[in-house]
Amino acid sequence: MNKAVVLYILGWILLFEAVLLTLPLVTAFIYGEQNSALAFIITILISAAVGALLVIKKPKDRSVYMREGLVITGLSWIVISIIGSLPFIISGAIPNPIEALFETVSGFTTTGASILSDVECLDKSILFWRSFTHWIGGMGVLVFILMLKPLTGGSTVNLMKAESPGPQVEKLVPHLHSTAQILYGIYISMTIIQIILLLVAGLPLFDALTTTFGTAGTGGFGIKNGSIAGYSPLVQGIVTVFMILFGINFSAYYMILLGRLKKAAVLEEVRWYFGIILVSLLIIAFNIRSDFASFWASLHHSAFQVGSIITTTGYSTVDFNTWPAISKTILVVLMFVGACAGSTGGGIKVSRIIILFKSVKKEIGLFLHPQRVSKAMMDKKPIPHNVMRSTNVYMATYILIFAVSVILISLDNFDLTTNFTAVAATLNNIGPGLEAVGPSQNFSVMSGFSKLVLIFDMLAGRLELFPILLLFKNETWRKF
Amino acid sequence: MKIIIVGCGKVGAALAEKLINENHDITVIDTNADKVRKITEDLDIMGIVGNGSSISVLNEAGVESADVFIAVTASDELNLLCCMFAKKTGDCHAIARVRNPIYSRELGFIQKQLEISAIINPELASAKEISNLLQCPIADKIDTFANGDVQLIKFKLEKNMGISGTAIKDLSPSIVKDVLICAVERDGSVIIPDGNFVLEEGDFVIILADKKNVQAFFSKLNLTVRPVKNALIAGGGTIGYYLAKFLTEKGVNVRIIEHKADRCEALAELLPEATVILGDGTDHKLLMAEGLSNSEAFVSLTSIDEENVLISLFAKKHSNAKLVTKVNRLEFDDILESMDIGSVIYPKYITCDFILQHVRALENQSGSNIKTLYNILDDRVEALEFTVSQKSDVTDVPLYQLKTKKNLLICCIMRDNNIIIPRGNDSIQVGDNVIVVTLEHGLSDIADILS
Repeated sequence: MNKAVVLYILGWILLFEAVLLTLPLVTAFIYGEQNSALAFIITILISAAVGALLVIKKPKDRSVYMREGLVITGLSWIVISIIGSLPFIISGAIPNPIEALFETVSGFTTTGASILSDVECLDKSILFWRSFTHWIGGMGVLVFILMLKPLTGGSTVNLMKAESPGPQVEKLVPHLHSTAQILYGIYISMTIIQIILLLVAGLPLFDALTTTFGTAGTGGFGIKNGSIAGYSPLVQGIVTVFMILFGINFSAYYMILLGRLKKAAVLEEVRWYFGIILVSLLIIAFNIRSDFASFWASLHHSAFQVGSIITTTGYSTVDFNTWPAISKTILVVLMFVGACAGSTGGGIKVSRIIILFKSVKKEIGLFLHPQRVSKAMMDKKPIPHNVMRSTNVYMATYILIFAVSVILISLDNFDLTTNFTAVAATLNNIGPGLEAVGPSQNFSVMSGFSKLVLIFDMLAGRLELFPILLLFKNETWRKF
Repeated sequence: MKIIIVGCGKVGAALAEKLINENHDITVIDTNADKVRKITEDLDIMGIVGNGSSISVLNEAGVESADVFIAVTASDELNLLCCMFAKKTGDCHAIARVRNPIYSRELGFIQKQLEISAIINPELASAKEISNLLQCPIADKIDTFANGDVQLIKFKLEKNMGISGTAIKDLSPSIVKDVLICAVERDGSVIIPDGNFVLEEGDFVIILADKKNVQAFFSKLNLTVRPVKNALIAGGGTIGYYLAKFLTEKGVNVRIIEHKADRCEALAELLPEATVILGDGTDHKLLMAEGLSNSEAFVSLTSIDEENVLISLFAKKHSNAKLVTKVNRLEFDDILESMDIGSVIYPKYITCDFILQHVRALENQSGSNIKTLYNILDDRVEALEFTVSQKSDVTDVPLYQLKTKKNLLICCIMRDNNIIIPRGNDSIQVGDNVIVVTLEHGLSDIADILS
């Protein structure tokens, strides 16, 4: 592995993070939060210093092959999380380093699981940074960098493929550079639209910004202890709509931009996505009817929660831990389904679920006709064999990591629902689970060891398992 | 000796050419009349057009009185059949070329049952030679005497070895303690050096040493010579397979690139410890992506000679790997020598040499005094191992007093299992085996070293 180029790119990422940290610093100045401002200044200096050190010597051989791409992805997310946790520690907002790291990883991976029991007492700049990490992590750090700085040499498409979620990551246009710009263009535009709508709906600017960051990145960090429960139904409605919108495959938006509306509407993944949302929404709305004054209210809250969970955002307007079993179970299943590939959502992804279903269908068909040759199709194109194969292996790996994680955190001796949903909520990057880690609770009750396990799960989930797993294999680091 | 060769292809023809230089009576059998006609025009040998497995043809060739029967046709089965008939019809030593890997596992059985003296599997032998080179990567070529205990190693003298510009007699005693510099190739010509010869950077130096002392010698030249730890092989054919097998058995990390999918499947099964890559070994991007720049050895074994040479040149530019190139055709070996791409392996020569060694060994048994003979540096230098069976003008005389021919060096004396790098006061005794390096051809007895 070309270690020199890995370190070089990490350096640029750190410099980039230093720049991003100036935004919360400005917020600290605006609100006169000197303590936090200092914390941000120190972090910026550290990040910039280390970054500068790493980029001073441009490596002769800057070729990035598959291996380098994956390692850069895994390492950079770990590094930015460590640096990103410094403001929390230094300012005293979250003095415990493991908890600070947990919160930061939860931010960048757009999980939204929190160890904080009271967020409203924190400095605005700290809350800003916390939510801003969602926005950055949503579309991706590397994609952002690819948009700004066309890195030369080798297959940098491997960087985008490693970071972007989905079984088949393709470029929108021939140039990777332009693809990244288009993705971010759509992302930024939708962010601005949501901010404006929320302002029109009456939210103060700070709330509008942080809520939008959490929605756009499908993260879920709120600045109120009640998440989104305290806001008006109009605001909740806007958030519902935008959560669902951010969970759609961005290539569909690109098609709409190109005027191919019909093509975007018939995308299988999008149709399945809306179908699942609709069915879940209706079942739950009927199921929780008795909790609310009107059917409209139960529909409203059902829609919010369904949208929040399937897109793995993790905002809540009610404590759904009190809901009847069938609603809770549907929500847990939705946790696993996840959003569309090529969006900012987490989970297994609707397109993988579709591929798995088609895989099963094909297998059953083979029992009827053992010699049959058939091709599973998606959007009128055959699903390549290696995509099917890697999707199946992805599932197996997912289950393995899930099982081991649940076993490890069960050492804390919580009940099975807590353990199960804690891992589900972190591996799928949702945020709230059930029982002891439900929407009205937080993850501070877990031991330091469990928090580390869940940090691993959050990173593994966001990067779709393999970039993180690869870091643990000896051969990855060897020269030959 | 009377020798019959069945199969007049490249190997058969090369064999005939070399053996005729050693004064044997040679008869060649081939079904192709043109080939037979051509070779009998070029060489002073007898040629018969016919099938070597036909008894009448064998009789016509005089198999009853033949000493050695060599079968090197394109078909393994034909080779074995011919040898079988030859052994039953006459009382000769039979040597067969057998290439199929299936037979290689049962060679011992085949040899014993069919009473064949020697079976040469060219791919296996090539792989062994490459494996030996990778054990001592500094060497361009390694030949062995005394059943492998004494090695003749050819390597290129680089500046950082610290001995360029020094005369041989001025070399530090610790360096030359157990090693003799037998020959030096410089700018295309070969010299058997005396003490006053000054070594220079870029020389190709041939040393002779006890195998045990080789590593120590190179370490005194500021080189840690150790077997390679990893190897990248381009080409998953038979040689690639054998080589990967040898290397993985020694714990080397092997990566092998092969372009046929079903061959890759077979290799993945046969070589579970190696990494098999489906791809084109001449694809530069693939080579770089698979770690060429950090590999310690790069072996070009594709089926096309030109591609092998080109990717070796590419590897030379982009890595510090030990390069080994396989070349099938024998026509351009002198050009390749001058290209400085490290070791070049000619499976056909290996086959030829093996058979020649064997023939010489047979001669030795039947009274000839040459135990082993190597042609090195493109046939310009001979290294011979003589058995000294009787007293003569060379025995019991201190070496410094012997008036040997010009361009001749006595490199090694083996006595009672001891390997002696001779100094001026040593002498040759009866019962010794002596290794001599010379520019002259045609020596047949130890006494021939005197002028």
